[in-house]
Amino acid sequence: MTQSVVVQIGQCGNQIGCCFWDLALREHAAVNQKGIYDEAISSFFRNAVLIDMEEGVVNEILQGPLRDVFDSKQLITDISGSGNNWAMGHKVFGSLYQEQILEKLRKSAEHCDCLQCFFIIHSMGGGTGSGLGTFLLKVLEDEFPEVYRFVTSIYPSSEDDVITSPYNSILAMKELNEHADCVLPIDNQSLFDIISKIDLVVNSGKLDTTVKPKSLVTSSAGALKKQHKKPFDAMNNIVANLLLNLTSSARFEGSLNMDLNEISMNLVPFPQLHYLVSSLTPLYTLADVNIPPRRLDQMFSDAFSKDHQLMRADPKHSLYLACALMVRGNVQISDLRRNIERLKPSLRFVSWNQEGWKTSLCSVPPVGHSHSLLALANNTCVKPTFVELRERFMRLYKKKAHLHHYLQVEGMEESCFTEAVSSLSALIQEYNQLDATKSMPVADIPRLSIAM
Amino acid sequence: MSIVTVQLGQCGNQIGFEVFDTLFSDSHSSQGLCSKRENEAYQASCKERFFSEEENGVPIARAVLVDMEPKVINQTLSKAAQSGRWKYGQHAYFCQKQGSGNNWAYGYSVHGPRHEESIMNLIQKEVEKCDSLSGFFIIMSMAGGTGSGIGAFVTQNLQDHYAHSLKMNQIIWPYGTGEVIVQNYNSILTLSHLYRSSDALLVHENDAVHKICAKLMNIKQISFSDINQVLAHQLGSVFQPVYSAEGSFHYRRNPLGDLMENLVPHPEFKMLGVRNIPQMSENSLAYSTFTWAGLLKHLRQMLISNAKMEEGIDWQVRPPISGLPPLGKMPLNKELHFNTSIANLAILRGKDVQSADLGKKLRAYLHQYTKFGIEEEDFLDSFTLLEQVVASYYNL
Repeated sequence: MTQSVVVQIGQCGNQIGCCFWDLALREHAAVNQKGIYDEAISSFFRNAVLIDMEEGVVNEILQGPLRDVFDSKQLITDISGSGNNWAMGHKVFGSLYQEQILEKLRKSAEHCDCLQCFFIIHSMGGGTGSGLGTFLLKVLEDEFPEVYRFVTSIYPSSEDDVITSPYNSILAMKELNEHADCVLPIDNQSLFDIISKIDLVVNSGKLDTTVKPKSLVTSSAGALKKQHKKPFDAMNNIVANLLLNLTSSARFEGSLNMDLNEISMNLVPFPQLHYLVSSLTPLYTLADVNIPPRRLDQMFSDAFSKDHQLMRADPKHSLYLACALMVRGNVQISDLRRNIERLKPSLRFVSWNQEGWKTSLCSVPPVGHSHSLLALANNTCVKPTFVELRERFMRLYKKKAHLHHYLQVEGMEESCFTEAVSSLSALIQEYNQLDATKSMPVADIPRLSIAM
Repeated sequence: MSIVTVQLGQCGNQIGFEVFDTLFSDSHSSQGLCSKRENEAYQASCKERFFSEEENGVPIARAVLVDMEPKVINQTLSKAAQSGRWKYGQHAYFCQKQGSGNNWAYGYSVHGPRHEESIMNLIQKEVEKCDSLSGFFIIMSMAGGTGSGIGAFVTQNLQDHYAHSLKMNQIIWPYGTGEVIVQNYNSILTLSHLYRSSDALLVHENDAVHKICAKLMNIKQISFSDINQVLAHQLGSVFQPVYSAEGSFHYRRNPLGDLMENLVPHPEFKMLGVRNIPQMSENSLAYSTFTWAGLLKHLRQMLISNAKMEEGIDWQVRPPISGLPPLGKMPLNKELHFNTSIANLAILRGKDVQSADLGKKLRAYLHQYTKFGIEEEDFLDSFTLLEQVVASYYNL
């Protein structure tokens, strides 16, 4: 079995990471009755690495219920924090902690028989997650070139409270473009919308909408909580579920397995276009035990609706380059085929990849559900987010607002900013070109003719 | 004479298990349709072909299981052992920790050479256990990375090492609407390489078998194990012992040799398809009656009109030439003929080649293959070979 190492950086990264470990342990405990820390989980998620430049969050973790899962050898902390400054995180803390980070990573890798993947969790808008996180990517690429780098990035929403988040995000994006194998962009606003929707259903008091406990995609391990302790708990749980479902086929058995290297192989046709929009369904399971096939089909339809995407995006009205459906639970190949046939006409695929579907079936469902679906789409619908980000950046940059905080860090120059923006513009241009082919008819390329 | 089976990848292993299970159940079934002596002779012949004997009487399948990640092999081995009736050899498998990632290039250029020795050793061990080797039966899919890439590599190796033995590759053609996005690339590369090194390619299409399950067998929620069981059923009828010309109780000794002799007269034409009838669920079987003449008539028309199932046969089509060598055994009937399946396969291949071509023109996904040493020229070679094959079939 292959192993993965989870690296959580910054406040956001660490909080999500915590939820993730919580849920992962719960899942494996449910599957394996013997012990809570069984072979499958210990072999798959080998050694997390927690990094933060201020101690608050990590300390909380070490005092909470997960304190036995981690030990101090896996932590790297500092006291002062990065002050929401990408340059601080990337240049200053990067060089300061490079050796330490490398050492911890090497140790983690040594414990693994066959290290397949690094999962990096961070946010784009702050300083540590954004700056140090992306510095880490370059380090990983140099040190472990064969190992995949999957990055879960939380993009800032438009009503973000960090003023310099556009700077941080764009500077970070350049690194993601160049050094990540696969990026799963997520934004807070979408997560919040999903939660509001769930709350509406749970609290609406309708007679037939009693939700099964533990089945909420937002619920933490343990009893169903009405009031979440920390404000971002519910949202973090959604992201944690995403990561769990992504790796489910590699951890558990199924009739059509999908390993992590297959994700990159199938969903990334060109190395730069590696941004995958994700959606998770169902968000909750009603307590009603009779689940007719109609509910199953509903799960598939929901996965493509813009309300279920973990990012502001509308994949149905944009162009698909590739799509992956990872199904868990008691779903068979005929259900999958039927739904693909049903949904295909309403989706637009790029002309050279009309049948661009990758599917996988895992027999173990997530805790509290009888089946679930994770859809990953390489779709041009990420473009609007990038375009908006660039606009916010330019608004600040034109006035040179807050720039001095960055430029006074050694190693930062204005050229860093201009390069970052042009890298993003090039990416947007690629998506534009693909979109332009949307309405063109499928070109009939002549077959290779040979002399007989 | 015995056949050594090599099961590759998730698909190959899952099907392989069903095949052995079917072969075993078939030869030990309790239907009292023929005399005891006949039954025993049949059982002995079948057993010798596919199983070898162990001390405590549990037959061991003559098979080598290969996969690049352990989950499926573990499942397969334990399922077989649990049944208590037959099992796989304890050490007759080879697996690694990390899969091939649906990448033909990774399977062929990296995993293949790296593990060549170990895999060939395992095969060698199985071969030594046989009194006389009829040939190899290699089960693989075309869409993934291990089955297709390592399958192509292993077949080539078998060609080099066991030049006198026959090889039949059982390949699974993926669903049209995709299970794997790069399946077109993987399939083209596999087909072209297999064409050079294999003796016969027995093709099964997931779409067709799925339809059989849906329409004829009335299965509501079709799972892969249902599909595999239908497949195993068809394969069983291909390989089960057949009477020889000398009369009853003497079975033909060389199954693969016979098949090749009759069906692959020219090395250019080696793609085979299977039609079998009746295809229905166990329950309906009790309520139907058959006659040989009726079955044969249906089968003939299925072949001529290119239908894969018993339903919807076009009775208008007439054949230009006929000359089918029927091989039958109660209560199943199957024909193995290539003439009429060509048109269909040629079309299928054509479509595949075309979509792979489109993708290639825009260099989509190519960086994943060039990473492991498969360059554009290799793709070009594959396309050329396949176009030639398609053209020769059309000319027929």
